[in-house]
Amino acid sequence: MKDLRLWGLKKSPWVYHVAAASCNNCDIEILELLTPRYDVERFGVVLVGSPRHADALLVTGVINRKSLPRVLEVYEQTPKPCLVIAIGTCACNCHIFRNSYNAVGPYDKHIPVHAYIPGCPPKPEAMIMGVVKALSKL
Amino acid sequence: MSSFLSGWRLVIAFIGTLIVVPVAGLILNWVDRFVSARVQWRKGPPFYQPFADILKLLLKQTIVPQGASRTVFLLSPLVGIAGMSLVALLLFFSNTGLVVAQKTSFIGDIIVLLYLLALVPLSFIVGASASRNPVAAVGASREMTLYLGYELPFVLALLVPIVKVAQRWDVASALRIGGLVAYQQQYGPFLYSVSGVIAAVIILFTIQAKLGYVPFDIPEAEQEIMSGVLVEYSGAPLAAFRITRAMMFVLLPLLLITVLWGGITDWWAILKFLLIVVLVVLMKNTNPRLRIDQALGFFWFILAPLGIIAVVLAFIGL
Repeated sequence: MKDLRLWGLKKSPWVYHVAAASCNNCDIEILELLTPRYDVERFGVVLVGSPRHADALLVTGVINRKSLPRVLEVYEQTPKPCLVIAIGTCACNCHIFRNSYNAVGPYDKHIPVHAYIPGCPPKPEAMIMGVVKALSKL
Repeated sequence: MSSFLSGWRLVIAFIGTLIVVPVAGLILNWVDRFVSARVQWRKGPPFYQPFADILKLLLKQTIVPQGASRTVFLLSPLVGIAGMSLVALLLFFSNTGLVVAQKTSFIGDIIVLLYLLALVPLSFIVGASASRNPVAAVGASREMTLYLGYELPFVLALLVPIVKVAQRWDVASALRIGGLVAYQQQYGPFLYSVSGVIAAVIILFTIQAKLGYVPFDIPEAEQEIMSGVLVEYSGAPLAAFRITRAMMFVLLPLLLITVLWGGITDWWAILKFLLIVVLVVLMKNTNPRLRIDQALGFFWFILAPLGIIAVVLAFIGL
């Protein structure tokens, strides 16, 4: 039963894209994953419209006082088991906003993060690799 | 009626409706995604993809939103599956030669079928309304409008074969699906006439709308209202809705073949079925989403008059 569940999770990770005050650069690169060039649908990855359907949250952008409660709410709305994948240097360690009065630290201070994909923005190949590594850790 | 459901036929019907139709539907779901991927110059998912999706959803946590009506929220997905299973049963018994003898079918088949097909949008509407989500409410209202839109032309299109059979035989056998199949076996399919072609086109558009595919995916516009009617569903109920859609994808083309294109009596039916499926998928891939008022206008002011013309032509005998 556990193997079946793992197989299902690994073969069809549906992702929900949480853009928490990002500069839109990572988001464009995420959307590039769905285009014919990279076509992650062949791995079963689908971009879904509601966090209720999601298995993985792709969080982008530096987290700040305004976006933190929203991100936490989205995380709570996602049915478990779910992965959180921090995409971009902002999501991993706040990048140049590190000492800003508004930034409330990297994501792993607030929610468990399963994969960090640094880069500004990260290459689509890096994102695919990060998701694969996160899935193989399940 | 006593022999309608008895013995081994009951077993076959049970297995058929609860295993074969959903599995076939999921495979068709893959065909749909694969053809879409190829149209968009992509590779597309492997064939087990829909099964992996369903398996994952079944074993995932189910969240009932706070303040939602728990019973209605969790029961409404089952209503859709139940309706589709009954439609499968009706089509199975109408097409297996057993009914051509017109003993195992009962009067009112097509009307029952219309009601059963209405169960699916009903389950979507009720489930979405029970979830206490404003986006789902928008989706539910759109689903209701869309249903009101496509039901009128659909009924008019179904009237065409009924009128034809009623003219030559009698009303009782015209209302039986088995009667329609028997008529077509004797005099040739309805599709090979002017009114039949019009009716088939109307039913093709209706299939698209009933499946919620792209020109008419208004109730669950993913990019616009976050999957609309399905927004609050997670885990097993979502899987149930997806299975309902998959079963519909099998049964609606079968329905079109049964009522207009000679019934499922020989191997040609498979080719006809695949042709309809490919038409539906291509229509899905070459069209943008309509607004709800455009869809309603399309069904009411273009397809419904066409349907009336078809019925008149059927009366004349064309």
